[in-house]
Amino acid sequence: MGKNKLLVPVTGIAVGIAALLLTAAGNPANMGFCIACFLRDIAGGLGLHSAEKVQYLRPEIVGLVLGAMGMALAGREFRARAGSAPALRFVLGMIVMVGALAFLGCPLRMVIRLGGGDLTAVAGLLGFIAGIGVGVLFLKKGFSLGRAYKVKKADGFVLPGVMLAVLALLIAAPAFIHFSQSGPGASHAYWLISLAGGLVVGALAQKSRLCMAGGLRDVFLFRDCHLLIGFAAIFVTVLAGNLVTGQFDPTLAVQPVAHHDYLWSFLGMALAGWGSVLLGGCPLRQLILAGEGSGDSAVTVLGMIAGAALAHNFGMAGNADAMTDGVFTAGGVAANGRIGIVIGIVLLLVISIANLHKEEKAK
Amino acid sequence: MIDARGYSCPMPVVMVQKEVKANAPQTLEVLVDDPCAVENITRFAANNGYAASSRPNGEDEFALTLVKKA
Repeated sequence: MGKNKLLVPVTGIAVGIAALLLTAAGNPANMGFCIACFLRDIAGGLGLHSAEKVQYLRPEIVGLVLGAMGMALAGREFRARAGSAPALRFVLGMIVMVGALAFLGCPLRMVIRLGGGDLTAVAGLLGFIAGIGVGVLFLKKGFSLGRAYKVKKADGFVLPGVMLAVLALLIAAPAFIHFSQSGPGASHAYWLISLAGGLVVGALAQKSRLCMAGGLRDVFLFRDCHLLIGFAAIFVTVLAGNLVTGQFDPTLAVQPVAHHDYLWSFLGMALAGWGSVLLGGCPLRQLILAGEGSGDSAVTVLGMIAGAALAHNFGMAGNADAMTDGVFTAGGVAANGRIGIVIGIVLLLVISIANLHKEEKAK
Repeated sequence: MIDARGYSCPMPVVMVQKEVKANAPQTLEVLVDDPCAVENITRFAANNGYAASSRPNGEDEFALTLVKKA
């Protein structure tokens, strides 16, 4: 197996270990890494939404972008590009976020939840596969968001710059930045540990091109399992870690930050999978591409932050099941979330059809 | 020749796949500006009966040549 082929499983194992360590260090259970949840926490920390339990400027996100940027610069792969339907990408980022937050996790957390024995996440996995399948159908029919073009090198540093500002705000902690006092936002590792975890994973993900949506997409499109091995490596590593530490709990009962609203978990992750295929990568991959200098991915990340704020301001995010003093409270996706998912599906259909292009013939 | 410059993955490989499926060319030139696309097209070529070679094509660009194996 060549060095390049080894890089994907090595990255998957590193992501799995980082997720386990970050959870042991204080991150919420089965949430060592979650791009959707952490962008939502950042949105809350900045005061873009007022859900008090999910407000914290997550250093993992900062680390992912800066780690990718560092590796791209070191490997001469930093390329400032932009101009491939940025407004559409912003909207697609919002839609992916609405779907992921209804399910309560991005594709990466979905795998981490499964590795912890959270069987409620199976509905999300099936939806994610279905959504990617639909996205691939449109790719085969000629879907494209068009070309990006070279821009000034400084433009490629916009999102890394924003992330440095987020880190500065976390450390300085001025009064206008929100910090959860309870709930998932209050559960976090010491910021330097989180930052280090993000930097390592960001650097490896840049080099290996790890993408949760890309793994399944390439199997559907090309019968190519290259990236899917990373997906599997994360699952196996997290599963093994949870088995060793006694954290593996293979049930449908109350799982950490999860609900058993299977239909809407399925549809939420279908939305996330379909949208990710149209964007060319999952939420993690968008952070990495933004670190490599892609202005289009930077806009997508900003769209995801806006989508997170919208999801909470409009009551569209999923509510976790809870067990308090032996009393079970069912969570799930409320009416607003269901309406949001349906609107998201309609919008994805319109965007998918409106961006079908005639095939570019070879000259 | 396929000009896939400016397209992000997986578009360059999709463009190559369509050309290979439609015309099964003996040789195919592809221009890209993304190192990820070079890797993906090279892997696609290897899995579909083509030998692929790539070379720098000016600043930040690459030219790939796919040759159908006998």
